[in-house]
Order: sequence, then C-alpha cells, then structure tokens
Amino acid sequence: MAAITLMKTPAETALVQAFEAAKATLPGDVESRAQAFETFNRNGLPHRRVEEFKYTDLRALVREAAPFAAKPSLDEAKRALLDAKSFAGVDAVRIPFVNGHLVDSAIAFDGLPEGIDVVPLASALASGHEWLSRLSPVDWASKNPVYQLNSAFMADGVMIRVVGEVTTPIHLQFVTSSTTPVATATRVLVVVEPEASVTLVESHESTNGAAHQPNDVVELIAADGAHVRHVRLNAEGDQAIALSTFAVKLGAEASLNTINVAVGSSVFRHQVFGVFSGENTTAQINGASMLKDRQHGDTTLIIEHAAPHCESRELFKTVIDGEATGVFQGKIIVPPHAQKTDGRMMSAALLLSEGGAMNNKPELEIFADDVQCAHGATCGQLDDDLLFYLMARGLPKPEAESLLVQAFLGEAIEFVENDSLREALIASVEAWLRARG
Amino acid sequence: MLEIKNLVVQIEDKRILNGLNLTVNNGEVAAIMGPNGSGKSTLSYVIAGKEDYEVLDGEILLDGENILEMGPDERAAAGVFLAFQYPLEIPGVASMTFLKAAMNAQLKARGESELSTPDFIKRVNAAAAQLEIPKDMLKRALNVGFSGGEKKRMEILQMALLRSSFCILDETDSGLDIDALRIVSEGVNALRSPDRSFLVITHYQRLLNHIVPDTVHVMHSGRIVRSGGKELALELEANGYADYRESEAA
Amino acid sequence: MPAVQETIDQVRLIDVDQYKYGFETEVEMEKSPKGLSEDVIRFISAKKGEPEWMLQWRLDAYKRWQTMQEPNWARVSYDKIDYNEIYYYAAPKNNPAPKSLDEVDPEILRTYEKLGIPLREQEILAGVEPERRVAVDAVFDSVSVATTFKEELKKAGVIFMPISEAIREYPDLVKQYLGTVVPVTDNFFATLNSAVFTDGSFVYVPPGVRCPMELSTYFRINEKNTGQFERTLIIADKGSYVSYLEGCTAPKRDENQLHAAVVELIALDDAEIKYSTVQNWYPGDAQGKGGIYNFVTKRGDCRGKNSVITWTQVETGSAITWKYPSCILRGDNSRGEFYSIAVSNGMQQVDSGTKMIHLGKNTTSRIISKGIAAGRSENTYRGLVSAHRKATGARNFTNCDSLLIGNECGAHTVPYIESKNATAVFEHEATTSKISEDQMFYCQQRGLSDEEATALIVNGFVKDVLQQLPMEFAVEAQKLISISLEGSVG
Repeated sequence: MAAITLMKTPAETALVQAFEAAKATLPGDVESRAQAFETFNRNGLPHRRVEEFKYTDLRALVREAAPFAAKPSLDEAKRALLDAKSFAGVDAVRIPFVNGHLVDSAIAFDGLPEGIDVVPLASALASGHEWLSRLSPVDWASKNPVYQLNSAFMADGVMIRVVGEVTTPIHLQFVTSSTTPVATATRVLVVVEPEASVTLVESHESTNGAAHQPNDVVELIAADGAHVRHVRLNAEGDQAIALSTFAVKLGAEASLNTINVAVGSSVFRHQVFGVFSGENTTAQINGASMLKDRQHGDTTLIIEHAAPHCESRELFKTVIDGEATGVFQGKIIVPPHAQKTDGRMMSAALLLSEGGAMNNKPELEIFADDVQCAHGATCGQLDDDLLFYLMARGLPKPEAESLLVQAFLGEAIEFVENDSLREALIASVEAWLRARG
Repeated sequence: MLEIKNLVVQIEDKRILNGLNLTVNNGEVAAIMGPNGSGKSTLSYVIAGKEDYEVLDGEILLDGENILEMGPDERAAAGVFLAFQYPLEIPGVASMTFLKAAMNAQLKARGESELSTPDFIKRVNAAAAQLEIPKDMLKRALNVGFSGGEKKRMEILQMALLRSSFCILDETDSGLDIDALRIVSEGVNALRSPDRSFLVITHYQRLLNHIVPDTVHVMHSGRIVRSGGKELALELEANGYADYRESEAA
Repeated sequence: MPAVQETIDQVRLIDVDQYKYGFETEVEMEKSPKGLSEDVIRFISAKKGEPEWMLQWRLDAYKRWQTMQEPNWARVSYDKIDYNEIYYYAAPKNNPAPKSLDEVDPEILRTYEKLGIPLREQEILAGVEPERRVAVDAVFDSVSVATTFKEELKKAGVIFMPISEAIREYPDLVKQYLGTVVPVTDNFFATLNSAVFTDGSFVYVPPGVRCPMELSTYFRINEKNTGQFERTLIIADKGSYVSYLEGCTAPKRDENQLHAAVVELIALDDAEIKYSTVQNWYPGDAQGKGGIYNFVTKRGDCRGKNSVITWTQVETGSAITWKYPSCILRGDNSRGEFYSIAVSNGMQQVDSGTKMIHLGKNTTSRIISKGIAAGRSENTYRGLVSAHRKATGARNFTNCDSLLIGNECGAHTVPYIESKNATAVFEHEATTSKISEDQMFYCQQRGLSDEEATALIVNGFVKDVLQQLPMEFAVEAQKLISISLEGSVG
C-alpha cells in the first residue's frame, strides 16, 4: 500500500510557520516544545477519521489559523480588565490574563491570602523553576493533539500551590481584547497539597466578538485528602474557536467538584481528563452547555479509575437551539485492579428547534469484575405534558420553555456550593435564555 | 442436633467470636439475644458457611459431623437453613424457578429423585397458602420489589419447602409490622417438630412472644455469657443489656 | 470464591472439553484451487452454473475488494489473515447437488444427525404439531446439501431454497434485491463475500402470506483451511410474515477459519421478519488457538411502511466475532428490534452490536443487549442509533448490560447516539456489574452449587432476550449459555 501523504490545509501550514517563527522567542526549553509539535507536524489538525474527533473535525472547522497574540501594553490590559464582566460580583483573588498573557502588575504577590503561592509561568519556564517538573500530570492529556498544540505554543500562565484551607476563591480571569482575531495558548498548573482545600474559578471572555482562537490548559494535582471545587465559564465571543483542556490527578481520599458552563464560542471543544490515583476518592464532574445558531459545542471526557474504591459521578446537560450541534463523548475506564469502583455518567440533551443535532457517545471500558458502573444518555424535546401544565397555570409558552430549560440545566449547576458562584452561573443561563427571546 | 465447640472466628483481623459454645437439641427452639455488635449475625453466617469469615479454632457439628469443611451448598443439603436478615434480590429469576432449582439441587445432593412439576407446584401452593403468599408473587423475580414483609415470608416459604433440619432465623422480625410478624411466626410455629430445631437470633424480645423458645442464650463479645429458659428473655426485656456491658467493663 | 488456581484450571479445560460439535466428518471433498483470483471466482461461478451477470457482479466486487483495507476499528486483535491461504470453495465430491436426501452422502446425513438437525421430513412430522415444524436448509462448507419442506412451502407460495438455486430459477427476484441492502462496496468483508459467496438461503414470502412454518438454515464448516462465505437474502413482500432461524457449528481445529457472511433482509409494507441466530462456531481452545473468525454483515431494510424487522442473537462461539445486525428504518412507522446475548469465555473476543438508522417518520427501535464476559475474554457492545433530519417522531430505547465473571476479562460499551431531529426521543442506559458474592452465597445457602447458582443468575440476567427466541431455540440457547460458562467460576 502506498503511503498517503496528506496535503496540509492553509491553517495547518500557518501553524507550522507560526511555530517556526515563534519557537526561538517562546520561553523555556525549545526541544520539548518541538517534541510536542512533532505529532502535529506529522498528523495535522485532528479530523473526523480520528476516532476521538469523529464529531468535531478540527481540520474542517479551523479554516484559518489566527496569529498568536503579543503581550498587551499595561494600559491596554487595564482597559480590557475593566470591560470584563464574568464573576465580577464574586469575592475572589484575581489572576488576570489579557490576550493570553499574565497581567502580573495586577497581582499583589505579597498580599495573597495565606496558603497560596503563585509563580508566573513565562518566567518560570525561562528560569527552569523546580515546579515545572509537576506539569503534565495526566497521560491521557499528554497524548491529546489539542493539548500537544498548547504544549508547543504556551506563552504564559501561572503555577499555583495551595497549602491548608483557603476560603477565598482563586479567579483565573482570561480576557481577549484584541480587535483582530488572535490565538492564545495559556497553561495553568494548580497543586493542592495534602489536606488542603481551594475553590478555583475560571472565566474566558472577550471584550469583542472577533474570531479568537484560545487553547487553554488547566492542570490540577489534588494530593491526598485535598478538596477542590472548580467552576469554569466559557463566555467567549460568538466567533471564537475555543479549545480547552482540564486535566486532573486526584490522590487518595481527595474530592473534586467541577463544572464547565458554556454559553459562548462559535466552536468549542472542552476536554476533561481525570485520573483517580488513590483510594476512596470522589469526584462530581458536571457540565452545562447552551448552544444556538450554528454553534458547535463538544465536551469530551475520559475518567480513569486507576485506584480501587473510588466514586465518580458525571452529569452533563446540553441545550440545543437553532441549527447548533452538541457533542458529548465520555469514557469511564476501570483497569483490572480497581475493584469496588462506582462510576455513573449521564448525558442529557434537549433539542429546542428543528435544525439542531446531538451526538452522544458514552463509553464504558471495564476490566475489573467487582464494580458498579453505569451510563445513560437521553436526547429529546421539552416534555409536552410539562409545558402544557405550566401553560395551563397561565405561563406564556416562551416563559414556560425558559423555566423548563432552567430547571434542566439547573440540575447540573446546583452542585456548585458557593452561593455567589452558583448565582452567577444561573444568571448566565438566564441571560442566554433572554437573548434567545 | 447442632453442637458448637469453642468457636473462634475473625474477619479482616478483627475477632468476632471468642470461643463460643452452644448446643441445640433436636426439636429445640433456642433463642440467641444480645446487643448490636455482639456477633449474632456472624454466628449465623459462619454456621451457613459464608466465606469472608476465618475460623481460627473450634468446630460445628451437625448430627455429629463437622460441617466446617463443607461449602454452603453442601451444608444446605445437610439440613442447614438460614433465613437472611436481608434476603437478596435476583433480577430476572422468577421465585418459582428459584424454588424449583433449590429443591431439586438438594434432592439431588441427598440422592433422591427430582420432583415432577405437578408435585412441585402442589407443594409450593400448599405452603404458600399457609403463609398468605399470593400466586402472582411467586411469578415475580425473587425478592425484586418485594416489601420487607414479603421478603421474610418468602424466606419462611423456602424454609418450609426445603425441609431443613436446622433453621436459623437471623433478625427475622426486623422491618416487620405486627401483621407480618404474626404471619411469619405462625409459619415458623407450624414447622416446629421433634426432628427440626431452630436458632432464633433477635435483638428484641418481641419476636419471642410469637415464637416461644425452649432455651434462651445471651451473647456478648462473641461468647454465650448466660443461658436459661424463656423467662430469661423477659428479664432482658426489663433490664436491657446494660448489666453485661458493665461486667465487660469491670 | 475458593482457590483461584482451581478456577484458572477449570477455565483452561472448558473450551476443549465442552465444545460438543467439534468432530470432523470424513467425506471426500472437491475444492477450488487455494487462494483468491479471478480464476477462482470463475471456478465458483461455473460450479454454481451461474448466469453471466452474476459472474460479472462477483468480478466487479473482487476488483473493488483489492483496493480495500481490512477494518481495524473494532476492539479485536488477531494475526493477519492470509487471504491466499484459504480455499474459497469446498463441496462433497459425490453429488454436490443432490436431488433428494437419498442422494446425500450418508456420512453427511450422520453429521446432521449428530448435530441434532432433522433433515428427513417424515421424522420431523412424526409427533410434531404442524405449526411447530421447522424447514431446514443444511449448508455444508460451500454447498447446500438438503432443503426440507420445499414442496409444502411452495404450495403456500413461499420460496425457500439455496441461493445458488434461486439465482438460476428466480434470477429476476434475485437481481431485483441482491446487494440492495448491503451494497457490494459496503465494507471489506461484505465485498469479499460478494466476490466469493458460495451458498446460503433465499427466501421470498409473497404478499399477504404468513409463512406456515419456521424456516432455518444450519451452517456447518467442515473442511480444513476453507472459509465459509454464505449469502442469505430474505424478502417479505407486502403484509407477509416469516420467522427464520440460523445455527452454526464447526470442528475443532488448531488453525483459524474465516467465516464472512452477508445477510440481507427486506421487509415491504406491513411485512414482518424475525431473524434469530444461535451462533456456536468453534471458539478456539483455552490458549486462544484455533477457532472461527466470524466477520459478518447483517442488515435489514424496513423498506415499507409499518414493516418490522427483529434480530435476535445468542452468540457463544467463534474466536472473534465482528457482527452488527442492523436495521434501516426507511418506511414510515417501521420498527427495528435487536435482542442480543453475547457470551465470551477463554480467549474469545466479541465486538458486536447493532445500528438503528431512523429515516422514516414515527419509526421506533429497541435494543436490548446482554454481554457476559468470563475467562480472559473481551466483550464489547458497539452500537449506533441515528435519526436523520426527516425522521420526525423517531423513538429509540437502548439497554445494554454487561456482566463480568472473573478478573481477567473485559466488558466494554461503545454506543454512538446521533440525533438530527428535535422530535426524536432517544434513551440509552448501560450498566456493568458482577454477580455479587452475596447473591452467590444466598443461592448456595439454598443448596445450589457454584455453577448452578451462576447459571441461574446469568439466566435471570439474559431473560429479556431469551424470551424473544422461539421456544425450542430458547431452551437450546439457555443450555448453551450454561455450557459456555461452565468452569468460569471457582
């Protein structure tokens, strides 16, 4: 069989050129970046023939590669942050990024609450900081093409270490303000030391609707007995193509409660890679996606129960309006020794309009016999009987619909314990519904 | 006759039974009472042959034969019946199917010929009528969706049909309302006979008003600490287990 | 559970000891030259006395096949198949096309007797109620050796005969439908089959006819180094009904043998087809040596409105199973059903499931899949449910449960659920569990042995599917499942 050489698309060619041009100036070890880029160079953007990207063909969706954003001036950064709205009312330690670059002047490194250490990534990469060895804790992520692109291009980010119980949430605030489309690649590593606890908040937004191309990675190591609450909000502009990865490694008796709420982007792919590496750990992994017009929203997760006696619950809700397409791919893996695993995954989709589509692929991969694993997937319209009931009580149809959609998404959002965070997320659902009309 | 001699049992390195001695004669109804955690349920599981328990010392003789080396199914065929505190649900297997499989397995093990279907149905229907078990319950999957009372009646039905010689009732009264308790007790009393003995395990005296024991044993910290007649149960009802706890502490 | 070693030993023993159909029949065979070429295809076509258009169809398929690659997406691994080491045609030398049973080689008749397949109508008639009768087409390697009740079925207007005969006798019917459900270019194995298929059954039920008896085909691979490439085509015309059963066995051999079949079902308006399979090809020994590679394309087309196609399968055999009996729900209000029990033990690998493609309005489908993995086997459910834009009111319910016995096997679930219509309602649920130790103890306490208890619980687990089989088959299937799992618990 003759070897088939694929023609590179204009976007792929542009990315190769961008890497060649940038690699000398990007901070840190060029060799490891080149290694990460190598697979991309060989395979190009993942496309529908690659099983994990069957429903999200990046080769087709990413027509042009936007140039990587330069570091903004301090004035520009300040203006951008003034315009940022997400979680503005939530009391938090803010770690702001504008156009993919840390605004370090906005952080009082000395005045951080007790138990939090923050190290800017760009300088850490340049100086070979000792924490760098803790990057890439999850193999599933390291093998992933979107993550590899981030590894090749990551220009900035932070590394955060948490000791003890930290009550004030840490808000990682990503704002893109460039008026022309730009690409960004940020990397965040959060290490939560044994018995420590923290609430992490991420917001991703743009001050304009340009077709930005962010590729963000957040990596989390929750050591034994650590407790982490994590809320992520994708409120990117309508034209953005947003790729993101949340990779988490959980130690023994740790707990994680995480949710990704998506209201923005033209195309998004959010990936969650979770590994349970110690016993008696629990995780609640949720998602709520709202898609309209011709949006394409993909949530893909792999949860590996690498240790026995762990419990995971995954609950994903997708609402599809207009001609949008939703994708959910979720895989629970239980290796032979992980006895007494208890894993339950549910994906539910609601199609509000005729033109929408939903693709569900929930998988189980089980090698241990003493486990309880289940997944479910549903897909359908709003319940006519419920709608009728509400209308019979006097609600006009749009309001009745909104109420039911809110209730549907609310089931995933209600797991957020922090009141102001939960309310902010509910407000984003309400705003989405209002915009729908 | 069942004789337990110096039985020492542990589970996951935790000692539960500490040199327990007990004799139950043919035709005798013996009650074992004791506070939670005294090892009552462990005793019933060890007699029936559950695997998680490690027998460190002692023996259990059924009609003179040590049954400790036997598997649970062999013990069942030899006459041991355990009415579970929490009967298990088996989805997809109709109660009738299960009863037939169990009865025939035991007949086979004893070298007797299997029952014909009409004989089997006749026996089941007769026994079920006595326990007020409706026919549709027998068609449903074993214990699936049964109420607490239905599950316990199903246990007693099996006890009647399997004709076991040594029957253990493990907290059979738990989760029963008064009517269910009456039906279950009547079912057990009807089975009392000179060649069948019972070990009734219970935390409360209530059940013993309905199934009146010949002997009562008090269990504490994995041992029988006191034995007596049926009046001992009343005494325990009045004074509780506090005396035994104090003697332990002393 | 007692000693692990004991369990392992028992599992090691089972395949070899318990495959009851592993004997070989000594018959002198005539074979095509080894390997695959245009000449071999011409040889097969000539042997079957085919018209020119059929030969051309085969040659086109062969040409296409040479450009195709073996699929590798399934969760199975096996040594590369050398397609030139296979005989594509093998038939008993004496009278490969017997006119009556008296002309069939007595050795072959004895084979079917040993397998418990009745071929003599008078024997079947004795003491059997008429509606319980089963007509049998017996396929031995590459040819059909006997078809029973042909005459009686003909009276009802039902055509039931080997496909090679149908190509000669009813060329127009065959031409009209062959390859319309599984196109020649569908997939690697289906294309291979299109080039080299030898025998299989052809059924046509005319409008309004309820087929007066169950139809069945019994497939037997006997000859060494041969592949079996059968092709079955069933057409249920408007308002008709037919129930069809299929059984398969093969001798124990150290080398792997290839079975690449294609089955096409077509149901026109208001017609119903029930297709049941008990697949018990030789699974190989405990080390994974030998066994059948079962790469099968089965697809039903609910072409007419209100049509119904039901697939029921009990899969206990084969070293590798790659099989996705599917339904294309084209006609409005049509219904597709898939009921499956897949048992794997030893070193078996199963990758099986279904596709339900909703095209018409108010189409419904139902999938019940029960996978049981024991020994060192791998058992994967792979399924697709899709609703196209115009499939208003489509409904699907899927339930796939897996049961693991032992700690060296794997059970996997890979469903694809795609909806492009807002009014479609899809529900999917899957669970993986094991037989709980408490359930086992409870059964044992009532006097059941380990194996009896396992068989009982497993039968409860698969009950929903067994109920879909015709009665005689259900009993057989139940026994087969118990035998397949013997020794899998300690």
